[in-house]
Amino acid sequence: MSGRLRPANVGGPFAFGDDFRRFWALTWTLATTDFKVRFFGSALGYLWSLVRPLLLFGVLFIVFTKVIRFGGGVEHYPVYLLFSLVLFFYFAETAAGGVVSLVNRENLLRKMRFPRMVIPLSVALTALFNLGMNLIAVLVFALASGVYPRWSWLQVPILVAVLTTLAVGLAMLLSALYVRYRDISPIWEVVQQLLFYGSPILYVLSFVPDNFEKAMLANPLAVVLTQMRHAVIDPEAPSVFEAIGPNVRLLIPMGIVVGVFLLGLWVFKRETPRIAENL
Amino acid sequence: MLAFSHLTATASDRAAERTRALAGAPPAVLVDGLSKRFRLPHQQYHTLKERALHPFASRRYEELHALEDISIEVARGEFFGIVGRNGSGKSTLLKCLAGIYSADQGRVEVSGRLSPFIELGVGFHPEMTARENVINNAIMLGLTRKQARTRFDQVIEFAELEEFVDLRLKNYSSGMTVRLAFAVAVQVDADVLLVDEVLAVGDASFQQKCFDQFERLKSEGRTILFVTHDMASVRRFCDRAMLIDRGRIVDVSDPASISSEYREINFGAVAHGDQVAESGGQARILDGWCSEPGSDERIDEHMQGRRCIASMDVQFDEAVEDPSFAITFRNNMRHTIFVARSDTHGPTGHFEAGERVVVSFAFDNWLAPSRYTLTPSLAVAGSVAREDDVAELEVTAAHRSGGVIDPPYEVEVTRT
Repeated sequence: MSGRLRPANVGGPFAFGDDFRRFWALTWTLATTDFKVRFFGSALGYLWSLVRPLLLFGVLFIVFTKVIRFGGGVEHYPVYLLFSLVLFFYFAETAAGGVVSLVNRENLLRKMRFPRMVIPLSVALTALFNLGMNLIAVLVFALASGVYPRWSWLQVPILVAVLTTLAVGLAMLLSALYVRYRDISPIWEVVQQLLFYGSPILYVLSFVPDNFEKAMLANPLAVVLTQMRHAVIDPEAPSVFEAIGPNVRLLIPMGIVVGVFLLGLWVFKRETPRIAENL
Repeated sequence: MLAFSHLTATASDRAAERTRALAGAPPAVLVDGLSKRFRLPHQQYHTLKERALHPFASRRYEELHALEDISIEVARGEFFGIVGRNGSGKSTLLKCLAGIYSADQGRVEVSGRLSPFIELGVGFHPEMTARENVINNAIMLGLTRKQARTRFDQVIEFAELEEFVDLRLKNYSSGMTVRLAFAVAVQVDADVLLVDEVLAVGDASFQQKCFDQFERLKSEGRTILFVTHDMASVRRFCDRAMLIDRGRIVDVSDPASISSEYREINFGAVAHGDQVAESGGQARILDGWCSEPGSDERIDEHMQGRRCIASMDVQFDEAVEDPSFAITFRNNMRHTIFVARSDTHGPTGHFEAGERVVVSFAFDNWLAPSRYTLTPSLAVAGSVAREDDVAELEVTAAHRSGGVIDPPYEVEVTRT
């Protein structure tokens, strides 16, 4: 008791705080609330959560396999297309959802004392829940298409972790900047479009001319998707280690992931004391 | 209090423990030389595009001194009021205390756990049911999920919303939402509570329950810092209060002096406006209140049928001949129900400059049960001074007739 009542300095707003239990309880509560409201609000909730990736998948599937007969050379192209769409949606939801997260939670930030980092992380956690739901659909589709489980599927959590690190880094960076500069959001939308077409989602990396292929693997998304194809869908497809040539080149995409994450962390922590008053 | 009957045992234990710990204990809240400035750039750029188009644009800014050199000590178990006009810095102060804004200078020390909210119902989600919102809100307050579940029934019982637990919050009336929010908030397991303007909500009977809860928190040795405009609640609850204006402390004192100083600041502001001609500057009303015969104690609650005394405190700044005093009672519909005036009782005489008087009106209280506000006024040769709603009086009665007054009467039925 007396320990609890010792005077303690009330500093300004903080990013993480020293109470991990509270940090996690808040992140979890905000994330599950968002998830529930979005997907269990209506009777068809889960189906609605699948509609967006599935509709886009349907359109792309028809265009690329029936109209311009593009996916013919790729083993299980539809499964690859669906899985990469789901992974990209996860990445996009975390990053783009993160951008506006602080501004959307303005009321909470101005009225309550809590670790500021909870906000972008809860967005990432909600996106992770969604990914879990979508992966069920991917699994069903894969099994139905004749892609069967292999030990190398265990690489999927590692790939998701790489993707998460990059997306959370961007969410921290962009959410803090968005508080000051409101055109961050449209700018990020354009960048996201570039990433969508610049990453092997609609196509596979081996379609790209060789010298471009190496350059494109500087993009962490390309690394994740290429390795996913090798590990999950087609063991005959080149792994990222084969595709990139000298493995030391992997340091570039991994450096980008770690660099973006650390930059995001640094910017967010630097902006933390003034987030509430700049909103 | 019923809702908390099985909590009170542990609460009184805790209170005893706190009292033991009190001897030589540090203040609950210590603020030392706190300053806070906001930068207001002359030309503000909200987008990267604007920033890029105006790379050499002036980065000059003006500084708004929201708080300057604030130092206060609040003892454990104290109910401390922070009052001031709009924009005086009181909410900024509360946010600095809560760690929502960072201070530019000075330090804030708090002993014990600090409640994380400064407003009720923060984080309520309209799309979710009351049940889910209560659990979530309690977790945000710092309870564990398990604690939140065990206290859930008490919360709902206190809020009197048993029938609506599975209704989504968007279908709640604002009054119900506030009741729910308050019921969760008093569950907070904190030693120091920061409260921004909460008492102005709910109907009279729920307000009474809220007041009881504040009394309970106080008796448990918790410290409450309370920001408000409402002088009636300052006088009613606070042990001490602080008046703040333009970011500086004007005074820290007992609630009665602070509320009259607050009124002077407000009155001063009015006097510089267009009401100068009206108030004349000959006399000022410093305060107004109710009491019962034979007692100096101010009351804000009165039983119908008993004798009541309404008083006003007046300061004369010039010599005045035969002023007329009055106190107007308005009910919560803002209808004027009763005006006690001195001019119906003849001339009041001569008053010197600098003289200070208390004028009292004694009457049998036959007002219908409701909440009334008192507005004292003073008329001198064509000019009028008035202080709106300086005090409140809650009239209670065993029965409600439905009328606005309940004078005594006899009933007789005569057959014809």
